[in-house]
Amino acid sequence: MSQRKKERDFHNLSKPMNITFNLIAGIFAILCVFPFLFVVIISLTDEGTLAKNGYRLIPEKWSLAAYRYMFDMGDTLLRSYGITIFVTVVGTVIALLVMAFYAYAISRKTFRYRNFFAFFSFFTMLFNGGLVPTYIIVTQLMGLKDTVWALILPLAVNAFYIMILRTFYATSVPDAIIESGKIDGAGEFRIFIKLVLPLSLPGLATIGLFSTLGYWNDWFNALLYIDNPNLVPLQSMLMRIETSMQFIMQNAQNSSLSLEAMRSLPQDTSRMAMVVMATLPIIFAYPFFQRYFIQGLTVGAVKE
Amino acid sequence: MKRVGEFFQNIVRNKMMLLMVLPGALWFLFFSYLPMFGTVIAFKEYRFDRDGFWASIVNSKWVGWQNFKFLFSTNDAYIITRNTLLYNIVFIFLGLVLSVLLAVVLSEITNKRLSKVYQTGMFLPYFLSWVIVGYFTFSFLSSDRGLLNGVFNSLGIPPIQWYSESKYWPLILVLVYLWKAVGYNSVVYLASIMGIDKSLYEAAMIDGASKMQQIRAITLPMLRPIITIMTLLAIGKIFYADFGLFYQVPRDSGTLYGVTNVIDTYVYRGLKTTGEIGMSTAAGLYQSVVGFILVITSNFIVRKYDKDNALF
Repeated sequence: MSQRKKERDFHNLSKPMNITFNLIAGIFAILCVFPFLFVVIISLTDEGTLAKNGYRLIPEKWSLAAYRYMFDMGDTLLRSYGITIFVTVVGTVIALLVMAFYAYAISRKTFRYRNFFAFFSFFTMLFNGGLVPTYIIVTQLMGLKDTVWALILPLAVNAFYIMILRTFYATSVPDAIIESGKIDGAGEFRIFIKLVLPLSLPGLATIGLFSTLGYWNDWFNALLYIDNPNLVPLQSMLMRIETSMQFIMQNAQNSSLSLEAMRSLPQDTSRMAMVVMATLPIIFAYPFFQRYFIQGLTVGAVKE
Repeated sequence: MKRVGEFFQNIVRNKMMLLMVLPGALWFLFFSYLPMFGTVIAFKEYRFDRDGFWASIVNSKWVGWQNFKFLFSTNDAYIITRNTLLYNIVFIFLGLVLSVLLAVVLSEITNKRLSKVYQTGMFLPYFLSWVIVGYFTFSFLSSDRGLLNGVFNSLGIPPIQWYSESKYWPLILVLVYLWKAVGYNSVVYLASIMGIDKSLYEAAMIDGASKMQQIRAITLPMLRPIITIMTLLAIGKIFYADFGLFYQVPRDSGTLYGVTNVIDTYVYRGLKTTGEIGMSTAAGLYQSVVGFILVITSNFIVRKYDKDNALF
């Protein structure tokens, strides 16, 4: 096998082509990472230098003041972190439970109503009621406005993930195993927990990661449903700072009060530092999880 | 009577499975099917009633197609449809070409470890939220501090007020979209290239085919199924725009609405800022119905030519 591989490599690209290909891929990869590095640099720049020179790749004067300021103001940032972590953890657990059960049931040929429920889920991918009716039902029928559930429930179920999971069960959990469980006298639930779950862990991990990322990065539900400043998740907080900043800037000339308000808002460097703090967990985590995302993508492309 | 009995027997026999689908089914009911029913608001003059949701729906006055008539009598309907479609067409086309190109490039790079490093870099933008991406773009485009105006300044070019000049935004939005999506998509295509039978390439090499000939005769044809599926999915969603891209990246700047307003942002603003519930629901329903027709049609066409690659 290794002999064959070597041979293939030997016949591979000519040298100039290889260099060109490396350049294309390398430059694009750098472009993808660059904005993040740039924001890190801005967050480490001295605020006075920033006012004079603007954002620069190599600042005249470095400073850690932004990070110090952030830890001083602690509360708001910490609370937002807390909300985001809570929503992400609880949301992912709920999402996984609900979708794992649903997908498993519709993957079982012995389930009489499997086709009905498969279609019940699938149809939501084709047609939806749109934003306004959803908003009205979530706020007026379910009364979720300004509750943490408004951040968790709307993202809990996704028909596409259910499809991926069902395909996963169908391909990686042999019917024979379930039959053997039945013969041993185990109930459906026991079979699922003891026999099916361990076999489907890679699939669940993939969906779990998609969910985690979705919750961590969500700002849209907070934009729709959350007014209470104590319930604002991280991404949404970053957005709100920006909006209030613009508002004050626009009205800065009109009143002296806003000047006071402006001083209390975090400055450019601190805001960029917050962006870095919101991104850092992802930056550290994603190279390890990349494989699962690719797996999920390829599984999703396969029909049953 | 016998049939009813049979029905209950079936329920009992499948009770564990039914319990398993129950939470998910309830979710679909509340978050998908009730909103579908709620689109009747598009044909009503919605008034919130103190007795709650059902009373509000029942007591609101029927107005027939009036909301739609208003929507399509404004210039907005044309602008948001045009923007949504044009951007998506450009996104689908450029996204496909660049992702496949990049996937082929990545698969051919001799040093596999370097190739992995490039992939990891390209994958990063996919993991970031649009809020973060909005900050990134701001660091480039801020009119007084941004990198671009800084560079312009040192070259003696007068600075540009990026967030109030709409002529640059089609280009900016396309670039930002490609930046975020191409790396991720190319990794999808790369995964399928890796799945191609190696003996095909060996046979081609023995026949003396050059690398370019191999790419054209083996790699691209083998990618056709996945390209069809991905493009089909994208065409089905061509009436849906990425809200984050069009809302966060231009920082909701009013002067840019002409080139940044898409159906999704229009519906959102109708709901949250201007409060035109009826018209906004009408726009949403218009999007859903046309979107539905598009998925069905594109799937039908693919089915006709290539049954294995159809979605359903």
